[in-house]
Amino acid sequence: MALLETHRLTAFYGDFQALYGIDLDLDAGETLAIIGANGAGKSTFLKTVTGLLRAEPGGVVLDGRPIGGLPPAEIVRLGISLVPEGRRLFPSLSVEENLRIGAYGRREPGYWTLERIYELFPALVERREAPSQTLSGGEQQMAAIGRALMSNPRVLLCDEISLGLAPVVIRRIYAALPRIKAQGASVILVEQDIVQALQVADRVYCFQEGRMSLTGRPAELDAKRIHTAYFGT
Amino acid sequence: MSGLIDTVLQGVMLGGLYALFAAGLSLIFGIMRLVNLAHGDLIVLAAFVVLVVTQTLGLDPFLATLLSMPLLFGFGYVLQRVLLNRTLGRDIMPPLLVTFGLSIIIQNGLLEVFSADSQRLGAGAIETASVPLGGGVAVGTVQLLTLASAVGVILGLKLLFYHTELGRAFRATSDDPEIAQLMGIDNRRVFALAMGVAMAVIGVAALYLGMRANFDPTIGPARLLYAFEAVIIGGLGSFWGTLAGGIVIGVAQTVGGAINPEWQILAGHVAFLAVLVLRPRGLFPRVAD
Repeated sequence: MALLETHRLTAFYGDFQALYGIDLDLDAGETLAIIGANGAGKSTFLKTVTGLLRAEPGGVVLDGRPIGGLPPAEIVRLGISLVPEGRRLFPSLSVEENLRIGAYGRREPGYWTLERIYELFPALVERREAPSQTLSGGEQQMAAIGRALMSNPRVLLCDEISLGLAPVVIRRIYAALPRIKAQGASVILVEQDIVQALQVADRVYCFQEGRMSLTGRPAELDAKRIHTAYFGT
Repeated sequence: MSGLIDTVLQGVMLGGLYALFAAGLSLIFGIMRLVNLAHGDLIVLAAFVVLVVTQTLGLDPFLATLLSMPLLFGFGYVLQRVLLNRTLGRDIMPPLLVTFGLSIIIQNGLLEVFSADSQRLGAGAIETASVPLGGGVAVGTVQLLTLASAVGVILGLKLLFYHTELGRAFRATSDDPEIAQLMGIDNRRVFALAMGVAMAVIGVAALYLGMRANFDPTIGPARLLYAFEAVIIGGLGSFWGTLAGGIVIGVAQTVGGAINPEWQILAGHVAFLAVLVLRPRGLFPRVAD
């Protein structure tokens, strides 16, 4: 059985429908990439899975349990954590406070602790007391990933973690992925950078205008099919 | 000369009272962007709660306040959970309308129960006691305690905000309520706790309101005005700024009153307008936002 499934998942912003029945499944230990053009519904999908947008109860199923429509605070407790698009660190909190708040209200021990986050991203150590807004883009992204890991998620959702970063920084951030996975987290990456996505993902989903347009293993997909699924014809 | 020093000192200590009025208002606005128009009436309501506890249990007002604070905290928590949380959203009108209505309900409810008679929290000998500062200047003990309590409350709030997990949640929710939920923070519960803390602070403000002067059910809105002015002079979101704002109004009032008793209230409002003209963002604006 899959760890996380969505069944005919729909999402709306008011009267505007952004997702038209997405079926997706994520196995334990797997890394999925969701690719697609701007406005394809990738971020909307992540927002719906995390409870920020309303879903039907059976629309999202974690470990066999329907969690659609639960409040976001409860969903993160059940083990789904999001690294939001644009980092969204808390500006009035220091770097370390941003990390600590990722574990808000949780007492049960898990693999990820402050020390282990600092070990994963040593660049954050000397910036721990700094206001989060003074960090470089790459450091902010590391802090945002660290903050999401602090809840020791079973499913880590990453929204555009390479956006606006230099290639060398992107490589450093992606280098952390194997260690994150080794600790048991399954990962869904939303990426605009297709090359990056195909490199690390076990399977790829392509969204187009709120619908699934293509899915498969990176090796099975050729450039032409991806191009069509990405842009339409 | 000692007359002027005395006047300014009185003003500084009066500022402590205004800072106490303002601290709860600032806390609530800072965390949930809720403009609480019933704040002044909640202070008066708390004063009546302390009065009732004083009279029923035969306690002195300080002890009665200490006993009332958990009660007020619970009241604030429930008020937020049951009523005010429902008014929060993108639109700023619902909380304004609801708290305006609440203000009227509290005033009329208190009038029904306690009548329009003036009340006072009698504390006995301490009311007339004073502390000599040398040079012929002395300050009233209650006045000094007001300022000390304001400083204490602000230190306490600072400690809560910057050194506890709940304080981090307060700041995070204030920064970005959407992402705060993704951290496992239940915004509605955090807001209710914040209102509880604000009500406990209001209890301290009510103690000094009732000990320093008479109060009756209708004086709430004027206290709200002083609280607003103190918060805005200090700069939104700054606790020490709120104390400074209270002191600016307090000193302006006592100095104005010393020149001409008719000018006392006016001088406070003029000082507020002057700060608005010179420093529209207040004396200690927050760097972020």
